[in-house]
Amino acid sequence: MLMPETDPGLIARRGEIVAALRRIVPGEGVIHAPSELRAYECDALTAYAMPPLAVVLPQTVPQVAAIMAYCSSLGLKVVPRGAGTSLSGGALPLGDGIVLGLGRFNRILDIDYENRCVVTQPGVTNLAISQAVEARGFYYAPDPSSQVACSIGGNVAENSGGIHCLKYGMTTNNLLGCELVLCNGEIVRLGGKAMDPGGLDLLGIVTGSEGLLGVVTEVTVRILQRPQTQRALLLGFPTVRDGSVCVAAIIGAGIIPAGMEMMDKVSIHATEAFVAAGYPLDVEALLIVEVDGLPQEVDLLIARIEAIARRSGACSSRASSSESERQRFWAGRRAAFPAIGRMAADYYCVDGTIPRRCLPQMIEYMAELSERYQLRVANVFHAGDGNLHPLICYDASVPGGIEQAEAFGADILRRCVEVGGVLTGEHGVGVEKRDLMEVQFTQTDLDQQQRLKCAFDAEGLLNPGKVFPKLCRCAELGRVHVHAGQTRFPDLLRL
Amino acid sequence: MSAYHKPADEAQVADLIRSAGAARTGLEVIGQGSRRHLGRFTEVESVLDVSALSGVLVYEPEELVLSARAATPVAEIQALLASKGQHLAFEPPDLGPLWGAPAGRGTLAGAISVGMGGSRRLSAGAPRDHFLGFRAVNGFGEAFAGGGRVVKNVTGFDLPKLLAGAYGTLGVLTEVTLKVLPAPEDTRTLALLELKDDAALALLRRALGGAVPVSGAAHIPGEVLARFEALPHALAGGSATLLRLEGPQAATSAYAAALRVALETSTTPLVELEPQPSLALWRQISDASCYAGSAQPLWRVSIPPRHAAALGAGLRAAGAQQLYYDWGGGLLWLEGPPGDDGGASTIRSLLKAHAGEGHATLVRATRAVRANAEPLEPQPAALRALSERVRAQFDPLGILNPHRMYGSAA
Repeated sequence: MLMPETDPGLIARRGEIVAALRRIVPGEGVIHAPSELRAYECDALTAYAMPPLAVVLPQTVPQVAAIMAYCSSLGLKVVPRGAGTSLSGGALPLGDGIVLGLGRFNRILDIDYENRCVVTQPGVTNLAISQAVEARGFYYAPDPSSQVACSIGGNVAENSGGIHCLKYGMTTNNLLGCELVLCNGEIVRLGGKAMDPGGLDLLGIVTGSEGLLGVVTEVTVRILQRPQTQRALLLGFPTVRDGSVCVAAIIGAGIIPAGMEMMDKVSIHATEAFVAAGYPLDVEALLIVEVDGLPQEVDLLIARIEAIARRSGACSSRASSSESERQRFWAGRRAAFPAIGRMAADYYCVDGTIPRRCLPQMIEYMAELSERYQLRVANVFHAGDGNLHPLICYDASVPGGIEQAEAFGADILRRCVEVGGVLTGEHGVGVEKRDLMEVQFTQTDLDQQQRLKCAFDAEGLLNPGKVFPKLCRCAELGRVHVHAGQTRFPDLLRL
Repeated sequence: MSAYHKPADEAQVADLIRSAGAARTGLEVIGQGSRRHLGRFTEVESVLDVSALSGVLVYEPEELVLSARAATPVAEIQALLASKGQHLAFEPPDLGPLWGAPAGRGTLAGAISVGMGGSRRLSAGAPRDHFLGFRAVNGFGEAFAGGGRVVKNVTGFDLPKLLAGAYGTLGVLTEVTLKVLPAPEDTRTLALLELKDDAALALLRRALGGAVPVSGAAHIPGEVLARFEALPHALAGGSATLLRLEGPQAATSAYAAALRVALETSTTPLVELEPQPSLALWRQISDASCYAGSAQPLWRVSIPPRHAAALGAGLRAAGAQQLYYDWGGGLLWLEGPPGDDGGASTIRSLLKAHAGEGHATLVRATRAVRANAEPLEPQPAALRALSERVRAQFDPLGILNPHRMYGSAA
């Protein structure tokens, strides 16, 4: 993985930089000892690591603004970091840049039940928001599987999803506002507690921008009342194709379940051996379908889905009759990653989205690839929205092991795009899928996205080397500003 | 020199924009022109009429996805979706009649570009929340794509969010892909009668903070309700505080029963409206159609719901008329208080005093009033400058709907 060239000049100035950062953030908020930097050298995509020049952990918004202004004046690159749970290397440091950690922004600022929202600092975990409002029956809907650890600021940066985003949306659909510190140290507020932000929807573009546009220092999210009842169905199918037909039929019948997850045979067996959730072992595909709402509605929908499943060829069907049974249904799915982790020395989690109807052919293609690469693959799948999570088993201690697994993953993602899907449904591009962006987008498409970055960060100091295969060339891309007409409107030269 | 261009395809759109760029001529981009009077005057004489870019490209009900050429009429899309039991959940308001145009006009790209959701904004989101992907031509005359054709996608910057609500200032949309959703089987409305604004809005907030899913929450004072068409007799005479319940038939009746218990409404007169009158009522609330046939300055104010009643009272005291609340108080519609600016300065200073945030949009006004008022809420300097930098990265020469959102940056 090629990262931006390091500037030895900046590395040589480490002492001076650390001293300047210390003046902004006194005490223990600046880390530069090599042994301590190691804790920040990677995120949850552990295949890539690089100790940063220094780590700074500010506690106030003015400190963040001062850090950004300082880095901007020096041309020092900044990698923002939440809880470091990114699966795509979004927080991978640069050797000649600093990591700006938001971990000390850990307070919830305002719980506003009247406006049904919570204002929080970005370092608060996703789950902590729900916990803070649960006494009044509320919760924050997006539930990425890392919700115990991941921070809400990181969720904004990655536009995180989760099992229930089929019905309740991703982060972007549950976010009302944020405060953003720009590269030059300016502070802007986007949105607020009102439902629509006015003007251009910059909140929408900052969400999921993977730390390339600004540093989020405050977040306002919508909270919802927790549904009175949740029930789940466990459906087994003799083939993946039958399971896929069932998913399409449920949606075709006008039902949007709260969650709809599919597991393939390898995943079913791995999780059953790990947590004994009671999954049927004689099926090729397992579907967990959850519905929520008032009891009458839930019971009605469960009955309808059961009927659809029978017509779609389900060979086993169980509806949860208690909360503990529902939890048991989910236990296997929740443990899928660690369970598969037991099958191999290492696994590599891929994340692409396809039109759902293409699932059977994707599964066949993955079986083919599994043969070709001689690597096992297990599949868990957000079936409702077509988001695939193939887990490729490999052994990092074998020379070339990681490269083989990555090549396998890249083949899957290329096929996702070929069938009309996308490279990532929820984990982000980061460094991991960066070099595949040209599979999905033309150079013109990417140029337009990079020009947008120029509006926020003309010097390319915020998280460079992520998302885009080529570094931003603001001066070149925006030349029409400086010498109007020379590059984009060549006919003007004749005037 | 004025010109009227009607390109047949994306390549022609790109050619026309490149020519306009070379000549430094601004273009007003229109579809059917049903929202042409929203925002600032573009002050340009040349029109880029994209209405020929019409037609559904892909509709896959079971994938919840529809792709169409940008200027496909909303009415055509709605009819197609209805044939499969689906709909556009953001309920795009049909605002044409506010300017004297017939109802039922408007294109998909137009509905997306003004970024407005109807009453279901509350629970289902705005156009931005359903806008998955597009093709467009930017001010450089380059065709580009953003987003994708699947419902779950975080690949690259989320450009659809930015183009939704950009009033065509960032690019001319040529194709759009939307998330579509099952339409509710059944719709009912719980109407509580004769409540005053503050009690009504408190009740709506209580309902929205409860476990029953509510997909519309409006309070319509009596004088506004009197302007509604085909109003059920039971609602005539006073105010109505309305809660819309949607879902499978067995569910909506359970919702209504649960809501009555939760709201402890025994002392308030209450009626439950059947599907037909419910649909007619909510259509009118979303479309603000009670304001058609008048030329009074019309405002749409978005605020945190808790401040709605106090702001409403302040606005009335300042001379605002015909005010009603949607989105549980998150949205106010009103005819402006007196003033050469249609009430802009009064409304915006009250908004600031009561809520400290939110925004007021001048939806309709005479040309004279529009010359004195910014239709969109002015922004703080740093945000305004950032927005302008963003715009300029799509259209540096200011060809596309110039100054449709804001005047020149300071």
